[in-house]
Amino acid sequence: MNKIIRFIPLVLVIALGVVLYRGLSLNPNEMPSAMIGKSMPDFSLSTLNDANKTVTKADFVGDIVLLNVWATWCPTCKYEHPYLLELSKNPQVTLYGINYKDERLPAQQWLTHYEDPYQFSVFDDEGLLGVKLGVFGAPETFVIDHHGIIRKRFAGAIDVRVWRKEFEPLIKQLITEKQQGK
Amino acid sequence: MSEFKLFKRVLFVVTMVVTAFFAVTTAQASPVETFEFQDEVTKVRFQALSKELRCPKCQNQNLADSNSTVASALRLDLYNLLIQNKSDTEIVDLMVDRYGEFVLYRPRVSSLTYILWFGPALLILIGILIVIMILRKKPISKENLALNSDQQTKLEQLLSDSADVSSTSKSASEQKEKE
Repeated sequence: MNKIIRFIPLVLVIALGVVLYRGLSLNPNEMPSAMIGKSMPDFSLSTLNDANKTVTKADFVGDIVLLNVWATWCPTCKYEHPYLLELSKNPQVTLYGINYKDERLPAQQWLTHYEDPYQFSVFDDEGLLGVKLGVFGAPETFVIDHHGIIRKRFAGAIDVRVWRKEFEPLIKQLITEKQQGK
Repeated sequence: MSEFKLFKRVLFVVTMVVTAFFAVTTAQASPVETFEFQDEVTKVRFQALSKELRCPKCQNQNLADSNSTVASALRLDLYNLLIQNKSDTEIVDLMVDRYGEFVLYRPRVSSLTYILWFGPALLILIGILIVIMILRKKPISKENLALNSDQQTKLEQLLSDSADVSSTSKSASEQKEKE
């Protein structure tokens, strides 16, 4: 009995070591979104290209929607931009943008210069729609189903590899859900 | 006396440098926007909440400290919510709904956070129990140290022998024989 007790500290230290070692390889920036499964929040903002045109949640609910949070101050957004252009030709999804904490003129110039992949971009200069969506930064992409429910939040740049691994299975699932009339 | 004066002077200089350092760092850290508050209470509530809520992007800073884009958006949102007369609990619930429990610097007590809240107290309790156990063991080992009757007689014999060790060499040889 006494001999077993002597080994308890050793076992505890090893267990602590295992837990802490695992912690080393975790990315603290990868936070689960609290918004998954919740309805897209209501908002009323102007579009980036037309300050007089107001858009709301109703303007993009119904399709399977990709909502991409972007800004001109965000270098990673530039990196993912070519792939977004490709996605805009994908008939399975409809791509919208949120121009997050940005200025109107440089953002408009960005879209003329690099081409505009979005149906429209919501101009969220104060970042209040971003806050409602639980956005951490840019780029971030949300998948919203045909009922307007947020199904996924992805932080970081999208490219072919990310699309195939992270998005494609979910999009397929959503398409079947829509066809089955769920 | 002069040593004491020197010590005082050094202490003074060190204090000044440290104070200046902190003054500079806090000045750098303070966010840029300014908000107008209708009354002092709202202002205090704003300051308290922005200290209580964590910046989602820069995880070791609160909203009051951080200059990141998301923190400034959240500060504005917090201000708007206060203007709309939302209560502190409503605001905190709303933030948790969007960003998860993680936004709170002091996580709420729930089945998920029991280990966080009560773990340290439990560890201290275990420590105290172990100390008590060790302290209680000691008297028993003291009893074991007491000599039994055989050892006692031998000890007395040895002591009496050494008392008259100076008398004769005969006693010394006797002792040798005993051994």
